[in-house]
Amino acid sequence: MGNGSEIIKSVCMDSEEIERAITRMAHQILEVNKGADSLVIVGIYTRGDLLARKLKERIKEIEGVDVPLGALDISFYRDDFLTHFAPEVHSTDIPFSIDGKDVVLVDDVLYTGRTIRAALDALMDIGRPSKVELAVLVDRGHRELPIRADFVGKNVPSAADESVRLFLEEVDGIPSAVDILEVAPGERAGAAPLQLRKGE
Amino acid sequence: MTFAHKHLIDITEYSRDDIMLLLETAAKFKEVNERRIKQVPTLKGATIVNMFNEPSTRTRSSFEIAEKRLSANSLNFGGSSTSTVKGESLSDTVETLCAYKIDMIIVRDKHAGVPRKIADLSGVHVIDAGDGKHQHPTQALLDLYSIWEEKGSFEGLNVGIVGDIAHSRVCGSLLPALKIMGANTVAIAPPTLLPARPDVLGADEVSSDLDSVLPDLDVVYMLRVQRERLEGAPFPSLREYNLLYGLTQKRDQLMKPDAIVCHPGPINRGVELDSFMADHPDRSVILDQVYAGILVRMAALYLLLGGSNDGIDA
Amino acid sequence: MALMLKGARCIDPQVGLDEVCDILIRDGKIAGVGHDLVMEKGVTRDLTGKVLVPGLVDMHVHLREPGYEQKEDIASGTRAAAHGGFTAVCAMPNTDPVIDNAVGVEYIKARATEAGKCRVIVSGACTKGLEGEILAEMGDMYAHGVRAFTDDGHGVQDAGMMRRVMDYASQFDCVVMPHCQDDSLVGEGQVNEGVASTRLGMLGWPAEGEELEIARDIALCRLTGCPLHIQHVTTARGLEMIRQAKTEGLPVTCEVTPHHLFLTEDDITDTYPTSLKVNPPLRTSDDAVALVEGIVDGTVDAIACDHAPHTDWEKDREFELSPFGMIGLETSLALVLTKLVSTGIISYAKMAEVMAVNPRRILRQEPVRLEVGSVADLTVFDPETTWTVERAGFCSKAGNSGFLGAELTGKAVDVYVGGYATLEDGVIVE
Repeated sequence: MGNGSEIIKSVCMDSEEIERAITRMAHQILEVNKGADSLVIVGIYTRGDLLARKLKERIKEIEGVDVPLGALDISFYRDDFLTHFAPEVHSTDIPFSIDGKDVVLVDDVLYTGRTIRAALDALMDIGRPSKVELAVLVDRGHRELPIRADFVGKNVPSAADESVRLFLEEVDGIPSAVDILEVAPGERAGAAPLQLRKGE
Repeated sequence: MTFAHKHLIDITEYSRDDIMLLLETAAKFKEVNERRIKQVPTLKGATIVNMFNEPSTRTRSSFEIAEKRLSANSLNFGGSSTSTVKGESLSDTVETLCAYKIDMIIVRDKHAGVPRKIADLSGVHVIDAGDGKHQHPTQALLDLYSIWEEKGSFEGLNVGIVGDIAHSRVCGSLLPALKIMGANTVAIAPPTLLPARPDVLGADEVSSDLDSVLPDLDVVYMLRVQRERLEGAPFPSLREYNLLYGLTQKRDQLMKPDAIVCHPGPINRGVELDSFMADHPDRSVILDQVYAGILVRMAALYLLLGGSNDGIDA
Repeated sequence: MALMLKGARCIDPQVGLDEVCDILIRDGKIAGVGHDLVMEKGVTRDLTGKVLVPGLVDMHVHLREPGYEQKEDIASGTRAAAHGGFTAVCAMPNTDPVIDNAVGVEYIKARATEAGKCRVIVSGACTKGLEGEILAEMGDMYAHGVRAFTDDGHGVQDAGMMRRVMDYASQFDCVVMPHCQDDSLVGEGQVNEGVASTRLGMLGWPAEGEELEIARDIALCRLTGCPLHIQHVTTARGLEMIRQAKTEGLPVTCEVTPHHLFLTEDDITDTYPTSLKVNPPLRTSDDAVALVEGIVDGTVDAIACDHAPHTDWEKDREFELSPFGMIGLETSLALVLTKLVSTGIISYAKMAEVMAVNPRRILRQEPVRLEVGSVADLTVFDPETTWTVERAGFCSKAGNSGFLGAELTGKAVDVYVGGYATLEDGVIVE
């Protein structure tokens, strides 16, 4: 699993906790935005897009509204393209205008903040939202940029040599969980992208 | 998934997986090209030299657009101010360019083998934008992209290439590339326009009878009659060429209903292609090829210039 | 002053000699061949373990002087020859000005006497300025010692003109040596037409462009009776035509080069190595095999290297812009020893025939035999030395060898011209 150089140290959220956190975040989003009227949800590849879909479904259950859902690829906006590179690119898929919308940007794990910086740049190239909020399932700390999440599933203290990963049953074929993994020396700690693509 | 190439010079060095990754990556760039702001900051800080030692408008424009849409700094070097015109050797020119601290050279030259020589001399990334009568790999990739978009796959596809195969760098890359992707290829030309060994390029069959081959083809790739290279007259007249090898309206009925027509441009209307075929709404993918040129060149720049590690800090 | 060469294995097929013996040289001539020779006063060289043959002759060399001294000159070219084991070379006339009159011939002879490290056999042009239009002054050049005429570098394109050349030359005891190339077929051909031209995307130089002129010149030889020596044959079919002409009894001879024997079009990789751009081009491996067979069966009379020096800046260019030719004087003997003799394909005696005996005969030069009274032009080589071909090791001004990096076995150690050493222990004697 993964690149084989990681071992699971602990499970910090099991599938029930994940579901509860998503429900809570959905309520918070609706509360802060006073409903879902101008709301759109955009998930960041890979994992954020899956979480975004769950949030959308939960919001529909609660509010009965179909919030537009998009997926954002930040490959072309990364600040480390010339030194670190994954050839796999997902196509950004936002089939609606975000002009004047309240965008909820969704990712699985918030770490250095660099992905979110790239995602904000990507969003601005696509349109001019009236507001962007950030929802993450896990905030593991270690920020390198002045970025914070508006909606957090769980704050998880972690060490720099650990990796925090979200596994989802529907794509990984194992029970959903957020795991803390130990990263072998020399490997990059991070949360994404996972190269598990079963069923995709 | 890995992409282990530093250069795009010889298409035969690319595997089927490499080419598929290039095509799939190219497809991902469609979204960028359809936005209001058709630019991403990916190659910010990379310096790319477009070294065109031979006149070229289309290929150079296509590369320039790809570079600009990826935010690279690009420098056009060549044309009538080419150093070689002033007697400077290729090596000295390349060393001068390298002293500018550049990241990539995209080279068009009328002499075969120049891109490889530049790669060896410079140590930077090199893309062959056409060398003499040898290769033109990004043209082959955009052709593959257009075919792939229309047909979905290459395996078992019958592709006929019609025209000046002997002097065509397009063919020098396209025939081997089609072979790599599993297509069946037929080289169709008068014997005076066939290379000595079409099989070496990857042609499965050779024919000088367009009408007998046409009914089997899924893709008809018409090469440009290079009027400027026709000294020594390999055929009697443009009229006769059109009669024997032109894709005319009359030949439309010989073709499979879903056969498509490709052409690298610019077209000589009335010679290799009738307007009826060039503008055929269902068959002609010629303008799609032009767009595909932007996509595959963006993909090539992206894949060649990207770093080596995976992962990004969340 | 006498010189005693002791203990070498002396080989000369002309006199049926192949044994370890001594050779005594006095006044530039061989004064004794045998054992227990007596020398009252003189120098003795111990050549135990070495092989001694009649001095090697390369009958196809471009010394580039006058006119192209940046590539090579008579001093550097003849040093390269001596370093490679040669006692004589035949200089091609495509200099600037062309050697197409007696003044040019005398210039080369004078420069060779002054600066040369081996004998220089001068060849003259067949037509004025190599232009294929007007006969050169062959008679005057003949009177000044020229015995071979060639428009090397070009074919004589017009069959009528070639007939006139051969008709006219037939009144002298000389040979006409064509470079067979039909320009209308060859055009701007860069590499062998076929796999190489297709793979590399360059214009092809077809075998037929050479074979047509070989066939034509054999027919003209039959018509005129003029001795004909075909330069640098490269194709199996071309060689077969020469084989048939010889069977017919025509005065036809031919040469092959080491690069056409030991390199093929497949060696021209996608790095476009300009050192392998030669004219005629490197052919197929089948052709190379046929050329070796031609040496074995005697169809090939001579191995000549077509030493064609160019400056680094001329060769370090786009393949299509680079000039044709590679140097060969300093690798020719070692290549033949490594690839033909030590592999058992030919004997030392055969090697001496194609690199010493036959070239002299074809060029109408006085024979050199390992017998008393013969001129002491001798080549001594160490058949065991293993060495690597390197740019820095050349005496030639040029480095455009297609064999750089090759590991070869066998190397010239001593060379004697008229009894005087030009090379001793592999070092040029100044």
